[in-house]
Amino acid sequence: MDAEAIVKELRGTYGTGKTKSYEWRVSQLKALFKIAENHEKEIADALYSDLSKPELEAFIHEISMMKTACKLALKELKRWMKPEKVKTSLTSFPSSAEIVPEPLVLSLDPVIGAIAAGNAVVLKPSEIAPATSSVLAKLLGQYMDVSAIRVVEGAAPETTALLEQKWDKIFYTGNGKVGRIVLAAAAKHLTPVVLELGGKSPVVVDSNIDYKIAVRRIIAGKWGCNNGQACISPDYIITTKENVPKLLDAMKQELEKFYGKDPLKSGDLSRIVNANHFQRLSKLLDDNKVVDKVVHGGQRDENNLKISPTILLDVPEDSLIMKEEIFGPLLPIITSVDSTICLGEILGSSKSCFSFVKVNKVEDSIQFINAREKPLAAYLFTRNKKLEEEFVMNISAGGLLINDTTLQVALSTLPFGGVGESGMGSCHGKFSFDSFSHKKAVLRRSFAGDVPARYPPYTTGKARFLKALLNGDILGLIRALIGW
Amino acid sequence: MNGVEEDVLGELTTTFRSGRTRSVAWRKAQLQAILKLLDENEEEIFEALKQDLGKHPVESYRDEVGVVRKSATNALRCVEKWMAPQKVCVEQPLMMQYEQAPIPLVLFPARGAVVSEPLGVVLIFVSWNFPISLSLDPVIGAISAGNTIVLKPSELAPKCSSILANTIPRYLDPETIKVVEGGHDVSEQLLQLKWDKIFFTGSPRVGRLIMSAAAKHLTPVTLELGGKCPTILDTLSNSYDLQVAVKRIAGGKWGPCNGQACIGIDYVLVETQFAPVLIELLEKIIKTFYGENLKTLGNLARIVNKHHFDRVHNLLKDPKVAASVVYGGSVDEENMVIEPTILLNPPLDADIMTEEIFGPLLPIITLNNIEESIQFINSRPKPLAIYAFTKNDSLKEKILQETSSGSLTFNDAMIQFLCDTLPFGGVGQSGYGRYHGKFSFDTFSHEKAVLHRSLLIELESRYPPWNNFKLEFVRLAYDYDYLGLILLLLGLRGIFRTNRRQ
Repeated sequence: MDAEAIVKELRGTYGTGKTKSYEWRVSQLKALFKIAENHEKEIADALYSDLSKPELEAFIHEISMMKTACKLALKELKRWMKPEKVKTSLTSFPSSAEIVPEPLVLSLDPVIGAIAAGNAVVLKPSEIAPATSSVLAKLLGQYMDVSAIRVVEGAAPETTALLEQKWDKIFYTGNGKVGRIVLAAAAKHLTPVVLELGGKSPVVVDSNIDYKIAVRRIIAGKWGCNNGQACISPDYIITTKENVPKLLDAMKQELEKFYGKDPLKSGDLSRIVNANHFQRLSKLLDDNKVVDKVVHGGQRDENNLKISPTILLDVPEDSLIMKEEIFGPLLPIITSVDSTICLGEILGSSKSCFSFVKVNKVEDSIQFINAREKPLAAYLFTRNKKLEEEFVMNISAGGLLINDTTLQVALSTLPFGGVGESGMGSCHGKFSFDSFSHKKAVLRRSFAGDVPARYPPYTTGKARFLKALLNGDILGLIRALIGW
Repeated sequence: MNGVEEDVLGELTTTFRSGRTRSVAWRKAQLQAILKLLDENEEEIFEALKQDLGKHPVESYRDEVGVVRKSATNALRCVEKWMAPQKVCVEQPLMMQYEQAPIPLVLFPARGAVVSEPLGVVLIFVSWNFPISLSLDPVIGAISAGNTIVLKPSELAPKCSSILANTIPRYLDPETIKVVEGGHDVSEQLLQLKWDKIFFTGSPRVGRLIMSAAAKHLTPVTLELGGKCPTILDTLSNSYDLQVAVKRIAGGKWGPCNGQACIGIDYVLVETQFAPVLIELLEKIIKTFYGENLKTLGNLARIVNKHHFDRVHNLLKDPKVAASVVYGGSVDEENMVIEPTILLNPPLDADIMTEEIFGPLLPIITLNNIEESIQFINSRPKPLAIYAFTKNDSLKEKILQETSSGSLTFNDAMIQFLCDTLPFGGVGQSGYGRYHGKFSFDTFSHEKAVLHRSLLIELESRYPPWNNFKLEFVRLAYDYDYLGLILLLLGLRGIFRTNRRQ
């Protein structure tokens, strides 16, 4: 691969203005839609071979999302492209070439946004899902305008070569470590970056709820979503001690209903993507601090890279599992925490105390979450409106979802993106379009109505006039005029 | 390790966590305090600007105090509206509303909103050319959005820096808004720390440093950089139009801080036969506006310091460039004054045409046809602003569609900066991110997606174990194919099934 040559070619195409036309954008979006429509099976197979992802999951998370996003873009494109009239006017303007490294899953959502905004695009799929990557390369090459849309396959060396080029925008989905590398590389060329990272997304469970529904929704978001290997998957649960037995019972019951007595054999559960990640997750489980905390599951099948849904209770805060994003089928439940948050701070007084905060009230969870890096998502199950309000106002996260998990991504009218450690910038629907556009301010003036006060030589009369003008003070304006 | 800077960050973090800055009352009080600060210290500010940059009070009011007043007043009026959560469309699926994106069936019933929340502790770096407005304008945005703030004024405008450091703690909440004065070493110390946002106005070179430092902490950055802002001057036949255009060009070149402005005009593109007319008119206007004698030039800011004086002077020293001077060109080294200078077709590979001039030199580049200006502009880095004086609508359209820049203004210069409803910010080499009005608020906010679901209705098809019925169900739900859904539920789907997929 010659990264430089690719960029040069794409810039050439962009320079002709081809990608800016409405017709080109529509034709490419339709082509993408066709890929999803005609090759559903092939894509699902690739996902199965990379992740043994069940077909329905593949359909929900990948194919249907892609189709919905295409349809939405096709329907709304005219409106998105229209200059927004402000008091003056604002034009959305495409830039010229993007790199979209997309690890793991196939979400073509950013590509749709980039095309809709009239850009030339390079897509770098994740090498960790090789079958998916090669299907993408093949299908995009076959259906799309290759003079403006390219797939570059490869691993670290290819990515490094790509990052050395000057892009007009970089969109990266992945982890904070690589996110920092991408950002530093972009700094050399002043390239703006969207980072979709992850983080430990907490689920707060209140007591007065329907456990069955809550638990099913948690399971769907945790294990039903690529077996926990998704950036918005619930990472851990916070609840009170009294809630635990009921919550755990419901959890065990529903898990058995979903995945059977031996989940390792279930065809409805994705496997761990590769041996590396399997090792990483095993290490989290084998940590001395948590070995005795497993209350459900824990089975592993190294040959088939499967780990069963595993629940841990009361893991210590300094255990590995609570320090890094889990990104897998392990779910710790936190009830009491040796917290570094200072009680004094909560009460608004002195700052130097380390104390033991127990989650006695579910409200304490807000402090627990805020003492950590900002996650991509935070979930709350409650019937208590006041708690809900407090949660919304005080928890800083990419997105919040009350009484469900992960579904916020399905709503194209909500921005999807992180804050702090969970990333920057947003995508989905119009937000994707905006991410890949430059909003150019356009001001049209006529030659009439030239105000002499703008120009030197400056006088006190001009000063008074300007003051009145900038303050919108009509009376002052008249006085300044008469005063001359 | 770090001394003062770290303490400052620690204190601001604590105040932010206390939630104080989130209330409307706090935000409004701070905005009012800014207005009061300006009212009660206007003379001192004028004096500081005069000493640092030689700005005339009218210019100071127009570009500094007035601009900030206008922003603060606007923010005061709008802040509550900006803060209100925006309800997003969560249509009831069965309504089949095609006007707006309906919510997928699996989400029914739900309500969604975008809640703007403050980012936390933000760091604002200011450049020296508009030391008051480029400080307080972003501060207004950061306050409106409910952040705690560290402001780092430019050490190159020392009087203004100290006036900010003295007045801000007296008028604004000192536990939430801090001014940190100093030079490179202080900036470097500040950049080591983890901020929730960095807002920088300055050069692309320093912009790169800021961005690299921010990368370590994944801190989002807004970069307000500059660039060579071109002006396209079409051949205007009407003499009134021409007068106005030339006046506006002169105002856009020498008006704001004597060319030391990021959106100031850098060079002018005209058709060859039109150049003599332009030069003649410009000369006349320079004489009226600023006078002829280098020693008595009035109404003109001076060059900020020796370093910049030498830099601009050096641009002129290139013999080929010197040969292209058609007006002005003299300098007063002692008082750091450079005369408004016009150059005709300096070599395009000379520094004056490859670097941002940021001073009172105005190159005029002639073209055979004014439409070539598009090609000329596009072969260079994207500027912060493009100005085009023309009455030709098709040329306007062509410029609009085919060039890229932070902003595009037809038939005027500089005034896009005053327009609160327009975003102000660059693209490519001229930076990224934007501010002014609501855009400032957004720049310092995180748009948090919030979705509320009820625990009432539950669709079994969301959950494993998976089977073909569920696959078909979800497929139809995502396609909003509700007729198909009903048929499927009734067990009739197989009979009516149309083969959509080959």
